[in-house]
Amino acid sequence: MTGAELAVPRETLFEFLCRMGDNTLVLGHRLSEWCGHAPVLEEDIAIANTALDLIGQTQMWLGLAGTIEGKARDADALAMRRDVWDFRNILLVEQPNGDFGQTLMRQCLFDHWHLLLLQALEHSSDARIAEIAAKSVKEVTYHAERSSELVVSLGDGTEESRARMQAALTLLWPYVAEMFETDAHDTTLSEAGIAPTPESLRAPYMDAMTALLTAATLSPPDTRTGQTGGRSGKRHSEHLGHMLTTMQWLQRAYPDARW
Amino acid sequence: MSTPASSAMPTLDQVRDWLESVPDPEIPVISVMDLGIVRGLRWDDDLLEVSVTPTYSGCPATRVIAQDIEAALREKGVSKLRIRTQLSPPWTTDWLSDKGRARLEEYGIAPPSPSGGPKACPRCQSDDLERISQFGSTPCKAHWRCRTCLEPFDYFKCL
Ligand SMILES: [Zn+2]
Repeated sequence: MTGAELAVPRETLFEFLCRMGDNTLVLGHRLSEWCGHAPVLEEDIAIANTALDLIGQTQMWLGLAGTIEGKARDADALAMRRDVWDFRNILLVEQPNGDFGQTLMRQCLFDHWHLLLLQALEHSSDARIAEIAAKSVKEVTYHAERSSELVVSLGDGTEESRARMQAALTLLWPYVAEMFETDAHDTTLSEAGIAPTPESLRAPYMDAMTALLTAATLSPPDTRTGQTGGRSGKRHSEHLGHMLTTMQWLQRAYPDARW
Repeated sequence: MSTPASSAMPTLDQVRDWLESVPDPEIPVISVMDLGIVRGLRWDDDLLEVSVTPTYSGCPATRVIAQDIEAALREKGVSKLRIRTQLSPPWTTDWLSDKGRARLEEYGIAPPSPSGGPKACPRCQSDDLERISQFGSTPCKAHWRCRTCLEPFDYFKCL
């Protein structure tokens, strides 16, 4: 394990772990915003449980990030005391919930990518990363099943539900591009056998999506440019800052508060 | 306390036996041993190390379970102990004991089945069932209904 830690620069590993943990943290928080507001009780419970899985995964990813960084920051400190420019999640997950269809479409687009990524990370040369991936992949398989089923039944549903799902897809599709953006950190990680390059996930992802969206009678828009800037931290959308003011408020106002 | 801290160290079999009576906080009819989350017991000199694996990574019961194990062992006179979280190999429903599965069913929770759904209604044994939700009252359960007796029930989902 020490060997894997030395295989790449500490900053690269830290960056990678923040990208993993910030995706699950931000999406987990977004989902928790539905708690008590979902259209039916069963969906409310399903969304809350999905959020819980993602927050649990966040604790593992950011916990390891803190250990690697070695500056005595634990998962809570990383989640609650970093500013918006330090977050490394993709832009898709910070987008507001919108209606229930938009939340589900965001989830479905994320779940399939998340699943492919975790399946690859199960074989990571870093045993600590492989362990977390093996734990998470089971939960995420379940998430992907659920969101796919709902996207298909609502897409291939009533005129109203189909229109809403198509609108959600048109709105969110440009954020898919960022999932496959590959930078120098990714190349280093891939060369060390720690993580796949994001680019290598594009083809299997597009295959899965094409099949799913066809079944859902939905079509992705013909977009040439993608929205990026989240995973590099260069340019988050304004939504993340608003989300963090709510999420981090208590720890900011009362540092180290416990209950 | 009258418990002698200096008493001979209990055998690991004895400890395992004690843990058989520590209930899961959310499904009290099964023990933490039945659930299959206690992965290892070992003495590190005079310190007892208990390795526990989480069921679902965000399950809020995980912390309570660690506290319950610690409290139960302290009551038995184990004064030096450490609870270690072990992620690998990840927990699956295959770790549930046969006794645990039978207790779940008696309690009204359909035990996990590799087919992806419950085999029979835990109340009337009918196999005419429908899924209401992929999730239920805790991360480990889904919500089903029996079309024969019309009762809803929890299904311990297969992971
Ligand atoms: Zn029945």
